[in-house]
Amino acid sequence: MNQKFSLNVNGKVHSVDADPDMPLLYALRDDLGLNNPHFGCGLAQCGACTVHLDGQPIRSCITPVSSVGDAKVVTLAGLGTPEKPHPLQTAYVEEQVPQCGYCINGWIMTAAAFLRDKKKPSEAEIKEALTGLKCRCGTHMSILRAVKRAAEMIG
Amino acid sequence: MTKFEKSAAFSRRAVLKAGGAIVVSIGMPVGVDTLLGINQALAQGARPSLVPSELASFIAINADGSVSAFFGKMDMGQGLFVAIGQIVAEELDVPFNRVKVHMGDTATSVNQGGASGSTGIQLGGKQMRVAAAEARRVLVDMGAEKLGLPADQLIVVDGVVLAKSDPSKKVSYAELIGGRYFNVQLDWNKQYGNTLYAPGKAQPKDFREHKIVGQPIKREDIAPKVFCQEDFCTDIKVPGMLHGRVIRPKVAGAAPTKVDESSIKDIPGAKVVWQKGFIGVVAEKEWDAINAAQKLKVEWSNANPPFPEQASLYDHIRKADVRKRTVEKENGNVDDAFKTAAKVIEAEYEWPFQSHASMGPACALVEIKDGKVTCWTGSQKSHFVREGLADTLKIPVEDIHAIWVPGPGSYGRNDADDVAVDAGIMAQATGRPVRVQYMRDQGTGWDPKGPASVHRARAAIDTAGNVIAYEFTSKGFSRIDVNTNGGKAHDTIGGQLLDVPLKSGDGFGVPAESYAFDHKRLAWETIPPLLDRASPLRSAHLRDPVGPQIHFASESFIDEVAAALNLDAIEFRLRYIKDARDTALIKAVAEKSGWQTRPSPRKDQTGAKVSGRGIAYSQRNGTRVAIVAEVDIDRSTGKIWARKFTVAHDCGQIINPDGLTKTIEGNIVQGVSRTLWEEVKFDKKSVTTVDWITYPILDITETPEKIDVVLLNHPEMAPSGAGEPSIRPLAAAIANAIFDATGVRLRRVPFSPDKVKAAFS
Repeated sequence: MNQKFSLNVNGKVHSVDADPDMPLLYALRDDLGLNNPHFGCGLAQCGACTVHLDGQPIRSCITPVSSVGDAKVVTLAGLGTPEKPHPLQTAYVEEQVPQCGYCINGWIMTAAAFLRDKKKPSEAEIKEALTGLKCRCGTHMSILRAVKRAAEMIG
Repeated sequence: MTKFEKSAAFSRRAVLKAGGAIVVSIGMPVGVDTLLGINQALAQGARPSLVPSELASFIAINADGSVSAFFGKMDMGQGLFVAIGQIVAEELDVPFNRVKVHMGDTATSVNQGGASGSTGIQLGGKQMRVAAAEARRVLVDMGAEKLGLPADQLIVVDGVVLAKSDPSKKVSYAELIGGRYFNVQLDWNKQYGNTLYAPGKAQPKDFREHKIVGQPIKREDIAPKVFCQEDFCTDIKVPGMLHGRVIRPKVAGAAPTKVDESSIKDIPGAKVVWQKGFIGVVAEKEWDAINAAQKLKVEWSNANPPFPEQASLYDHIRKADVRKRTVEKENGNVDDAFKTAAKVIEAEYEWPFQSHASMGPACALVEIKDGKVTCWTGSQKSHFVREGLADTLKIPVEDIHAIWVPGPGSYGRNDADDVAVDAGIMAQATGRPVRVQYMRDQGTGWDPKGPASVHRARAAIDTAGNVIAYEFTSKGFSRIDVNTNGGKAHDTIGGQLLDVPLKSGDGFGVPAESYAFDHKRLAWETIPPLLDRASPLRSAHLRDPVGPQIHFASESFIDEVAAALNLDAIEFRLRYIKDARDTALIKAVAEKSGWQTRPSPRKDQTGAKVSGRGIAYSQRNGTRVAIVAEVDIDRSTGKIWARKFTVAHDCGQIINPDGLTKTIEGNIVQGVSRTLWEEVKFDKKSVTTVDWITYPILDITETPEKIDVVLLNHPEMAPSGAGEPSIRPLAAAIANAIFDATGVRLRRVPFSPDKVKAAFS
């Protein structure tokens, strides 16, 4: 049975009528039209669906919409804008990271929470923080350059 | 990017304002579909037929003087469109940022083969170069007429034709033709696809005049991606759209025999689409479609499990009947030479099936309205998707419009062509637009696979230690069980499920190198597929189709011969390589990597943690790559860290060194992944590697510490490809480094810790 849920996403409250078991990903993509979190696996194995839930990166593909409650959801679109970019977004552009770009959510959203909590991380710490995320095109070198650049920007 | 607003037929203003130049198109009829996707800012007016013999099929000057380049290939994430824009801007003498490259829309571009075989620049760019050069020639002629001056006294600066002697005498491209299409014929070779070539009368510029080509111009599509302003094909929606999911059998080859629709009656709007072997579900909401696909009770035919046990895969290949044998290269008399050998060195190598395992499972949306089909696809080859839909749905190809929108990764013939047909079948059955995205297990388990193979090599050595004869034979599943595109029903899984059997073609390949042995034979043999239709082990093109497997074997073997002769691996190669560019390349990689001349294996290490270096090299359609790998190995765990790579790369003229370097890095990292980790596993019934746990790829913690890229530029030459060549010799470079470190020769990929540890014990 569908139920009504109130979701706070990128600073706005939305009402969604959904199966309580439906993962948050589908509410964001299909009900709210936020295309940035992607479906990669539906198994929490790749990170393409990553969003922040009260500041913590979570895999929205396995997070039931009923479990979100009042928590604040932030997607990549809510992290920064062209006018006011997050340092990781700036660094991604400057380092020219993509190949296909489908994995971007996982890396940036996970790294954003990491760099907020950990200043001046070593390369090994960056890698450890990002372990498990997938990039099939093999942009790992560029991703690491971008995260290091963003870490320097954050200072 | 295209969202779901479809551009309506917009007013086509009267053309031919003045001058009456015959090079301007003046009223050929044009269908609305030809104009879809071209927005108001672009050239308007009657566009000549969209055929390769028309300049307007490639280049248009818009009303504001900007340039539209219509490209029948597309970018798979490496920034190809930047290079194409550079080539077009260079030839037209317009600033780079005045060129917009439109890719892969069948209504605006001709079929140049899509993304295919690293030919984006090599062949696609070659065509765009001659088209842009011809456009410039025509525009200068028009300028000459307008200014009353001979063409040879005119130059072009930033899209303005002006007199050399008096720059005040000038006329802009926009004034000459802006907003109207060229009506200029090209000398088309009557071929479509990669080989399409249609030059005009103009000669492209001499390389010494290049100002834009060769520059490291950055991509502009990255900001839209990180600020979520650009759609992937997974994001396209249209009004009235249903979500579809397909259901695959547990035993490959089984067909549905009974479907219990009541099993999904509680799921809102869920409906079954069942036609012959094809079965799927649709629902208004995506989550409902996913649930319905999981819950639908289906009974399947009693198919015999079609596959051998995983453990006997290579035995199967060795014993299988050879369907086709081809000797691609032979000189001397190999068999006689082996009879005279003082010593014969032999080895065999094995490579598993591998999956594209794209970042997201493939997705497509098909809408059929008034008999006209629109398909949004992430396929590398949208023009062939159009043909595949026509062949499967029995709809005339002219009534089908395929729009390429960037997909979730593509490295060859992946599942994107299949999902487009599946969406088409469901759209036709339901009368509604249907968006289908595969689930992860389908993306990894049911995509076309890179073929598994066994490779035999032998070398004859004389008493002086010279290689006098060499033979290399690959035997494996065909690279074209399903074709490199989904242009025919028999080449997609959907088409096959509708009772169109596989038409497996024969294709493999031989090592591409320049070793000059007096007696040499390079051959391949293909074996029949394991299942005649809808197989999760159907083999097809995966980045550098069969290149990694062949060169893993051939370049490992060259290393084995060098070691057997107690020679340094580079010294040995240079003794036999006769191609000057190859020699320069290997010397460059040796110098950059600080290569120490000595035989392998090294003998100065003890303990569990050891390191080594290895080289491998290969050619690919004109491009040459040499790689030195430096690896660290923990013998106690079998864990390998491919720590550093030095890559020397020669692809002729470099169009954009920044894009090229990143393309090479991507190849190297993906190549490390495929070498160390990737193996499709299966049981007798089906593929069992179905997600990122069962089909692991390289983790960020295993990223190389450094990839040094040495670009050898030959601006005087035509550019060749870069999308794939650098993955080709990568596995052998790693294997050779492992041998250098340990003295153990790994002849079967992948080098996952369990297998490496077993090899050491």
